[in-house]
Amino acid sequence: MKMRKSNFNVYAAALGAGIMLGAAIYTSGALAAVNAGGAVAAANAGGAVAAAAEIAPLAWWVWPLSLFALCFVLGMIAVPAGVGGGVLFVPIVSGFFPFHLDFVRGAGLLVALASAVAASPGLLRAGLADLRLALPLALLASASSIVGALVGLALPAAAVQTALGVTILCIVVLMWLAKKSEFPNIQQSDSLAAALGIHGVFYDAVHRREITWKVHRTPLGLGLFVGIGVLAGLFGLGAGWANVPALNLVMGVPLRLSAGSSGFILSIVDSSAVWVYINKGAVLAIIAAPSVIGMMLGAFIGARLLTIVKASTIRSLVIALLLLAGLRALAKGTGVWA
Amino acid sequence: MGVKQNTNDNAGRIHVSPEQLRYAKVLNAGMRAGLVVLVAGLFAYVSGLVPAHVPLEQLPALWTLSAPEYLRATGMPDGWGWLHMLDSGDALPLVGIAILAGVSGVCFLVLLPLYFSNRDPIYFSIAALEIGVLALAASGILTSGH
Repeated sequence: MKMRKSNFNVYAAALGAGIMLGAAIYTSGALAAVNAGGAVAAANAGGAVAAAAEIAPLAWWVWPLSLFALCFVLGMIAVPAGVGGGVLFVPIVSGFFPFHLDFVRGAGLLVALASAVAASPGLLRAGLADLRLALPLALLASASSIVGALVGLALPAAAVQTALGVTILCIVVLMWLAKKSEFPNIQQSDSLAAALGIHGVFYDAVHRREITWKVHRTPLGLGLFVGIGVLAGLFGLGAGWANVPALNLVMGVPLRLSAGSSGFILSIVDSSAVWVYINKGAVLAIIAAPSVIGMMLGAFIGARLLTIVKASTIRSLVIALLLLAGLRALAKGTGVWA
Repeated sequence: MGVKQNTNDNAGRIHVSPEQLRYAKVLNAGMRAGLVVLVAGLFAYVSGLVPAHVPLEQLPALWTLSAPEYLRATGMPDGWGWLHMLDSGDALPLVGIAILAGVSGVCFLVLLPLYFSNRDPIYFSIAALEIGVLALAASGILTSGH
């Protein structure tokens, strides 16, 4: 209940902020349009039709406003589909918006970071994320995400776009085929997990029972999180899509605890990666900020949508969207459809 | 090590350690502060309340450039240089973004004395290393280019 109230306050603040932002963009855009109109009139009066033609393309405010609307919708479907916003944001925005991939990845990381940071306090307090489980994994993933971010910013955009397309299509296959194990039955912890004290008791409110959990294959899990960190930094994807299967299917963490801990791990991993993007000037406020606010507002609606729409329906929609965005990224990266 | 303490939340059925609760508290405060500052900064920027270094009308011609090209074309600084430009609207939202990106580091700083007093050297070391990783990423020491 406390978590719900806390989230509600955050989202209510975000809702107010979104309305303020929309009003500010609209007012500013309207003024710009008036100014542009004046410029057109002056240009026409002077016979400079060419100058007017340069003003004719879409006004600057159309794009952040469209981004805000898109992220609102993405936020709505991301929550019920059980994926983070970043994995939808990067391929769709890089495929269909005019922004350079550097800025899209920077904004994608920030979207994933903001969502994870907003959700994590409630998850930690409710016991749906575990600090001892997350810390070793997050340490390796956050270090490797720096490497991924540096590599991503050093590579040509077309190469990253192509690799992004391939990765997204692999995610589609993973989402389509991956099985889940709600309560994996782990007989014995491995020696590393035992040394780190990674085990616990998790209260499953849905089934109204306490689940004693432990993990195995910890070295393999740590290795996977190194790779996940690289992908998160490289593409700005957030990587919740990879965290949950690694925690649940590989390490044997109960599904709900995997999902919660994944969100918490993201809040650490994306923090280190996003610093690289900030320092390289790849976070453009006019792209990142409306995306963050739109996604958070949409997530608020999405949490309620979960109760009235079948999760499987939305999951199919997300897979279809990712398929489309992955193919578009591949076509754009290879120059087939620039 | 690894023993969960019962906090008596939800009829005593939720098992959460004091470290986890402390982390959640600091993260929550940082998240709220970051979000408020981000929104306020963006509002000041797009409303024209604080004039931007790069006029908004010029952005469609600039956001198609790569990050290094954008910095060269606009004269915006890289690294922490934006801190010297807080009188510009386009640098203001970066304050909120920096808070959101930096709050995890603060959370780990708060964990250190708890792990120290619990005599938990492994997690003390992990938290210290994570602070090092985040500080390295934030420092701007690491460089790359197109």
